[in-house]
Amino acid sequence: MISRKIILTFPQALLDKPIVYKLIKDYNLIFNILQAKITPDEEGIMILEIKGASRDYNAGISYLKNLGIDIRPLDQKIIWNERKCTHCGLCVDICPTQALSFKRPQMKIEFDKRKCIACELCLRICPVKAIEIQQ
Amino acid sequence: MKTISEINKKIKQGKVVVVNAEEIIDIVEQKGSKKAAEEIDVVTTATFAPMCSSGAFLNLKQPKPKIKIQKVWLNDIELYAGLAAADLYLGASQLPEGDPLNKIYPGEFRYGGGHLIEDLVTGKEITLRATGYGTDCYPRRELNQKVKLKDFNDAILVNPRNCYQNYNAAVNLSSKTIYTYMGVLKPNLGNIAYCSAGQLSPLLNDPFCRTIGIGTRIFLAGGIGYVFGAGTQSNANVKRKKEVPVSPSLTLRVNGDLKQMNKKWLRGASFVGYGATLIVGIGIPIPILDEKMIKCTAIKDKDIYTQVVDYSRDYPYGEEKSLAEVHPVKSAKGGIRRGGLFNRVNYKQLKNDSVVIADKKVPAVSLSSYYKAKEIANILKNWIEEKKFFLTEAVEKI
Repeated sequence: MISRKIILTFPQALLDKPIVYKLIKDYNLIFNILQAKITPDEEGIMILEIKGASRDYNAGISYLKNLGIDIRPLDQKIIWNERKCTHCGLCVDICPTQALSFKRPQMKIEFDKRKCIACELCLRICPVKAIEIQQ
Repeated sequence: MKTISEINKKIKQGKVVVVNAEEIIDIVEQKGSKKAAEEIDVVTTATFAPMCSSGAFLNLKQPKPKIKIQKVWLNDIELYAGLAAADLYLGASQLPEGDPLNKIYPGEFRYGGGHLIEDLVTGKEITLRATGYGTDCYPRRELNQKVKLKDFNDAILVNPRNCYQNYNAAVNLSSKTIYTYMGVLKPNLGNIAYCSAGQLSPLLNDPFCRTIGIGTRIFLAGGIGYVFGAGTQSNANVKRKKEVPVSPSLTLRVNGDLKQMNKKWLRGASFVGYGATLIVGIGIPIPILDEKMIKCTAIKDKDIYTQVVDYSRDYPYGEEKSLAEVHPVKSAKGGIRRGGLFNRVNYKQLKNDSVVIADKKVPAVSLSSYYKAKEIANILKNWIEEKKFFLTEAVEKI
């Protein structure tokens, strides 16, 4: 069993295809949609957490790639810039998955990108803009 | 008993013993205050937090021909120019012309006076635009040029109110999210925001300002600064618990040469829906004159309480009060017990992730950086040990 968080970018031509349905039915994968943005006549972005047997996962990913979908791991999307961070702690409360947390007793901010779901709530809260998004 | 000049002599001889305000806690616990007061000479305290009442006086090198500046903008941020020809004051909370402010609520306030101060200290190029009305001695009427910090004869950080001795913990009792200078406060007591370095905070380690006064030399944003008086809104007449105020109390007025400072300790900051400000790093040494002084510096987070204030109604409408005192309930014995479900909270609880107020577990949010404050306290400690920083006797009490 493996579990991965990925970002899918769909070309316009694929927007009306039931791709996610195929992932469940033909590849037996379990998934959780963390974010989906589809703008008509443009492109679609979907952030998924996919779980399944490693063989099924790889087959499913090949299927998506063959369709022309761009796949990137989610942990490259949100960047915590430690050099800019003042370790104040405003982001800790807003982060829904505790990806941003305090290391106690030092009260030092730590970012666990595996827990991040790229909800972007921290972006506007951070007073010094130490959290950035990779487009 | 030790005097400040004796401590300075020890600094010169390389014999001084300095610890930070966190380390002193265990030392006093293990050795006892009497022995510790004999061994330790200085305790360093610090804070690194948003301090809106900050700004800088700048004196521009005159162009040829000269100008008596009437209006001036740096990166579209207006500075106050109602002083002599080329003296300007830049406020940390000033916003650029054309900023959408809170028109699209909550506003972002991505750039303000604090960011401009940070850019100046970083050595970045700034766009200057100034107008004058022209006089016989200052004929120029317009000036447009790129400037850097070096193009100013003088740049002095002048902060009317910094370093609050304790501060409110803010909550929101309403049913909608509010955007404040204490951060985003979630509805129905959804979180509690605090802003103090607690046991590291300068004025909490010298609660009656026995050693900190006018003329005290300090670490100010990476350079040398001085306390030049009590800050605005400074108030010694507050409720205390074991000598420590439980609400905002004393403040300091500080200044220093901006050209000596480091961008690491002066950071522009944006508060969603509220505005822009400046995060300032301040470190203050406390001379251990006697056992009484060391006891003050051994204060722990768990002994520093603060009041919880509602920022949805009480604070904005000028009825700021501790929630512990406005919700009286009957005690078991039948008398009225103040406090009810609300209570004061201490910094140990606040730093521990969440506090229980009104029978609810409330997540705590901090604005002040304890981690960075400790870094400042340690830098100041090194400066003293390396004979780069000597203590001063206050010329006047505050």
